[in-house]
Amino acid sequence: MTTSRHDSHRPPETPRGGKKGRKADDGAREIPVVEKPEFSSYYGRPVVKAPPWGDEIGAYLFLGGLAGGSALLSVGGQLTGKPTLQRNARLTALGAVGLGTAALIHDLGRPERFLYMLRTFKPTSPMSMGTWLLSSFSTAAGVTATVEIDRLTGYRLPLGPGRKLLHGLEGPAELGTSLLGAPLASYTGALLADTAVPTWNAGRDELPYLFASSASLAASGAALVTTPTHQTQPARVLSAVGAIGELASMKIMKKRMHPAEASPLEEGTPGKMLEWAERLTIAGAAGSVLLGGRRTAAVASGLMMLAGSALTRVGILRAGIASAKDPRHTVEPQKARLQKRRAKGVVDDSITTVG
Amino acid sequence: MVSLTEDPRRSSEAHGHRAQARKSFFTDTSICIGCKACEVACKEWNRNPQDGDLELLESSYDNTGALGANTWRHVAFVEQDQERIETARESGRQLVDLGMPSVGPPPSSSANGNGTDTKLPDTNEFRWLMSSDVCKHCTHAGCLDVCPTGALYRTEFGTVKVQEDICNGCGTCVGGCPFGVIERRDEGIIRAKTERNQSKYAQEIPNEGTANKCTFCHDRLVDGQTPACAQTCPTTSIKFGEHTDMVSQARERVAQLHQQGMTEARLYGANPNDGVGGTGSVFLLLDEPEVYGLPPDPRVPTKDLPRMYKQTAMAAVGMLAAVGASFVLGGRR
Repeated sequence: MTTSRHDSHRPPETPRGGKKGRKADDGAREIPVVEKPEFSSYYGRPVVKAPPWGDEIGAYLFLGGLAGGSALLSVGGQLTGKPTLQRNARLTALGAVGLGTAALIHDLGRPERFLYMLRTFKPTSPMSMGTWLLSSFSTAAGVTATVEIDRLTGYRLPLGPGRKLLHGLEGPAELGTSLLGAPLASYTGALLADTAVPTWNAGRDELPYLFASSASLAASGAALVTTPTHQTQPARVLSAVGAIGELASMKIMKKRMHPAEASPLEEGTPGKMLEWAERLTIAGAAGSVLLGGRRTAAVASGLMMLAGSALTRVGILRAGIASAKDPRHTVEPQKARLQKRRAKGVVDDSITTVG
Repeated sequence: MVSLTEDPRRSSEAHGHRAQARKSFFTDTSICIGCKACEVACKEWNRNPQDGDLELLESSYDNTGALGANTWRHVAFVEQDQERIETARESGRQLVDLGMPSVGPPPSSSANGNGTDTKLPDTNEFRWLMSSDVCKHCTHAGCLDVCPTGALYRTEFGTVKVQEDICNGCGTCVGGCPFGVIERRDEGIIRAKTERNQSKYAQEIPNEGTANKCTFCHDRLVDGQTPACAQTCPTTSIKFGEHTDMVSQARERVAQLHQQGMTEARLYGANPNDGVGGTGSVFLLLDEPEVYGLPPDPRVPTKDLPRMYKQTAMAAVGMLAAVGASFVLGGRR
């Protein structure tokens, strides 16, 4: 690394590295500092850290959206006299939100402390807001789904005197799920965006729309799978709207990003996942609109849309995590925006000063 | 638009009569000798578990790697050649030319004040940058803002600390930090092998599964002590004191170095208008921040949160409208 006139007397350097047993992701074996003057890093090591979120969180993003969207479909079914759609969507909503909550708790470092989430109500934390949203929604969805199951089993659930109360709460609970369903689907966009993870943060204006669209797609997919075709007309329309919304927000998001922030969405496993998500979304939505009148075709397109939505969420999650691991995605966009501000004559907001 | 970042002044005032003036570090990397005494003192005092597998990282003398759940001080080593020194000197000079908050008149106390020669030996052929990195204890702390349990809080000294008995390890703070400092203590912990469990090398791992970072030695501060790293630093590269003192010392020092022709010197975190509202750990660097692994333009994500909430609400309304429209259209057909 140094250059001095004594260098010529040194023995030739043996190539470094090649040892096994090193963590592949610590970036410690990257090229030494300052190879290219436009981008330097500290031995290629990450500048920011991604949250320790595994695919459970990806699953939650998907399931929460599915639950929110299904709740809206069930309310629509209620208002337009589609009882089967209403029932199935209610059951889907509770099942999804239950599984999603379990995934969320499982991913905590100290799962036994999950209730600590409800110690505070903290608007500065999307995680806190989301927890309150999720717990209120789950409570309401629990009521409507239990009522549905009670009806399905011919009022044989051992509810005792609670039955009257529960059935009385059905209306308010339904109102609750209809109000909370959509925010439950879109808040996860803010949850990911409110981080220093380059790719998520750069998508802060589009992720909520992307996730709301993806949730609509998943909910209509689930309705197509569970419900006979004569009651799924609205779900078929929604699948088209959801697919268009998802594809458009993804495109706009990538376009507005710095290239170094967008590239994790196109490279490696996350890139593959998002590519397949797009294919499944288009195929599923097209199948649902064109062939959704036939039961088997409806089920197949529904499954494709569900898979597409799940892949979108896991793909975005993993792309963000990948973007945190390479300092290029952090340093390049930050330098670019700093330069842009300086070019405009704004020099008072830099963290680097000379006095 | 309303701000959603935490107001550190109000948080400190919440401590009532125990509230004190904000405490800070000033890390002057121009006099760091890379002895890593701060790393050792920090580990010892805070009883942090071993990080990594004692391997050599092939990054000069840095075999620690980075800040993390178990490493709260990290000394960076960068080797640079003549060309790179010139570049750094030039980039520092450009900062002055930009007309930024500039180098003031030479402070009276500097320039060989008490007869000692404070000029650094200037080797033109190569240099070694050494810098002890630490949690920035930001004025607008991303980790604190996004913590859903309230485990992260502003102490009576204006620093940011995790309450280990409250943190449930959700990991949100890890992504919230623009500097990649805080981390959940669960990955990469090296456990003693079963057969070695009885040996003196077996380690107890406290606070597993929770977020961990520099506490600013809160337990020492409440006793009127200096944080372990600053206490042990043999060259006073790590200075500790009241925030305003630290910033003015940093300003004096950078002016002094510029006077001596070291235009590569610059401050990091001393500007209250930056993306994190200034840091509680001010650094004097001798090259661009990214060379030391620091972000060149960090911004606390919560600054944009009101806008994100707005987008979230609009997306939710859009979704409601889409479902409504679907039932209208789907019902008609």
